[in-house]
Amino acid sequence: MNRIYKHRLFWPVLSLLVLIVVNTIARPQFIEITLQDGRLYGALIDILRNSAPLMLVALGMTIVIATRGIDLSVGAVMAVSGAVALTIIDRSGSPGAVGTVFVAVIVAILVSLVLGAWNGFLVSVLKIQPIIATLVLMLAGRGVALLITGGFITTVNSEPFAFIASGYVLLLPVAFFISIAAIAAVALVERRTALGVLTESVGINPEASRLAGVRSRGIIWGAYMVSGTLAGAAGVIYASNIKAADANAAGLFIELYAILAVVLGGTSLAGGKFSIAGTVIGVFIIQTLESTILFLGVPSAQSPVFFAVVVVVVVVAQSQRMRGAIARVGDAFRKQDAPERDDEKVEVAR
Amino acid sequence: MKKRFLSTLAFTATAALALAACSSGSDGGTDAGTDGGSDGGSSGDVITVGFAQTGSESGWRSANTESMKTAFSAENGFDLVFNAADNDPAAQIQAVRSFINQGVDAIVIAPIVEDGWDDVLQEAKDAGIPVILEDRTVTASDDLYASWVGLDFELEGQKAGEWAAAEFTEPTNMVVLEGTTGSAPANDRATGFDNAIAGSSITKLDSQTGDFTRDGGKTVMEGFLQKYGVDEIDLVYAHNDDMALGAIEAIEAAGAEPGVDIKIVSIDAVRDGMQALADGKINYIVECNPLLGEKAAELVKAVLAGDDVDKRTIVEDQAFDQAAAEAALPDRKY
Repeated sequence: MNRIYKHRLFWPVLSLLVLIVVNTIARPQFIEITLQDGRLYGALIDILRNSAPLMLVALGMTIVIATRGIDLSVGAVMAVSGAVALTIIDRSGSPGAVGTVFVAVIVAILVSLVLGAWNGFLVSVLKIQPIIATLVLMLAGRGVALLITGGFITTVNSEPFAFIASGYVLLLPVAFFISIAAIAAVALVERRTALGVLTESVGINPEASRLAGVRSRGIIWGAYMVSGTLAGAAGVIYASNIKAADANAAGLFIELYAILAVVLGGTSLAGGKFSIAGTVIGVFIIQTLESTILFLGVPSAQSPVFFAVVVVVVVVAQSQRMRGAIARVGDAFRKQDAPERDDEKVEVAR
Repeated sequence: MKKRFLSTLAFTATAALALAACSSGSDGGTDAGTDGGSDGGSSGDVITVGFAQTGSESGWRSANTESMKTAFSAENGFDLVFNAADNDPAAQIQAVRSFINQGVDAIVIAPIVEDGWDDVLQEAKDAGIPVILEDRTVTASDDLYASWVGLDFELEGQKAGEWAAAEFTEPTNMVVLEGTTGSAPANDRATGFDNAIAGSSITKLDSQTGDFTRDGGKTVMEGFLQKYGVDEIDLVYAHNDDMALGAIEAIEAAGAEPGVDIKIVSIDAVRDGMQALADGKINYIVECNPLLGEKAAELVKAVLAGDDVDKRTIVEDQAFDQAAAEAALPDRKY
């Protein structure tokens, strides 16, 4: 029992379960999953499906954060990717053809890969601080996306394209399988090869790892490329979900939610050790929280406050110091923990 | 609270920019920065007009910009200096300052936020440049600007509500997809609608913000469908077309037929919305007309000619049912 309690994923998982229980008590339908036209249908399934874009972005963010970096451009990359894909499909003569959609998706993801490579170049070769380097694209990228769509929302009617986000295979949403594939790919590459350890070593001490013969440049560069590519795929899913390229709204603030998911999952923003399972749980917490706001009927004006309060409670509850402090008694813990609490609030407010 | 924060931000940022003197120009937006003349205001019959647009955040805004550019074209005797502020209130105030410095004949502003305009409007007044507000309004005293041209959001909501109240005489359960929390269109459209359906057989089950976006509308509608079930919801009121389009996706995914099993009423009448209305997926749309350019150009000419103009000009909005949408669709400009 004690070991379970001490596991670093104990608090994230507990928070997720508490949210699910609260929702179910408020509205028992929350937990209900029914079979409808050969597909599973229910609030939990919606959470699995709707979490796909954030999941992909957060996975990329985890790797980037592990290298002591941060990628603020993911939302803008999503917008560009969606704009590229939709414009190709819209301009082609045959929006309904599988071939068109395939080409559009591949091109969109390649463009995102290039954008990720640009970020990586700025950070790993030119040694620009990650927050500044990716800020460039964060600000400019959405403008580029608007330029591609001409300031309008490009809408297409394309069955194969809509299938990416709204389709079902084997009772479950396609978007969920894309999430699973991305999680599996990242986990395999990072955990079944030495790459994960090398990434962590670069994050923990870049200088020491360089002296030990780790080629940090390639590892950092690669991290941003992975992040860009995953953000591109997320942009395609987002666009497919609404069958439209909404350059203004696509991926807006997703970089902050992704960072939040990574932090909720127990990965430190200081870089180094990272947890893919933690990020996955973090994403589900955020997505379930969105549903909770709806299911509890929190009024719109209060929902950001509700969101913030829950996040602060979860983050504080899982902080090492806080848990240590609970064990001890006295005023001392307040002084120690106050700054940390403030940090988290800023995170959310932004 | 948020507004006050924003205006404080705007003031501080403006102060910083004023110190930086001539740091005007493009800062990352699509078409930020000025394109066009710096040839003062004294060049014969051509009227130089500075237009400070909010940015290009939506299809509605793009149509509005187009309308302004057409109305203030060279053929109509104008020289338009256009600036899109990328939804940054500080940048917009700075753009207006640069119009004043350039000595334009008149300034048209589509304010991003309501607050924080007093100083710069006073400067324009001192320089003898009349200001026309377009679309949104400001909290500054109304003797600081010549006129306002825009739309009545409350009336839009009311029209939608009147349709709903007349259409649904049986007990009806409605859910609402609100616009961005705290924004004027969201507040006024809610008020107008609620007043119109007061005492009718419509019950508001739930209301949540979808942030005026398709994704927001879809996600919130999915939540409502899970929470109440498809059969419990009869009517959706969306504060704009984009959220209604998102709701259509959600309703279809839940295995119901939008426009039939669940009726939809919305506001905006952008092209995609009108298409969905013509296809029978939406039942009623009240227009939010972005073509304010012509009226604004008229006002500018009248003010410069020294005529008396009304402080408020409201451009009338139309409303469409499915048949009207089909008829209007072919020559829809936006």
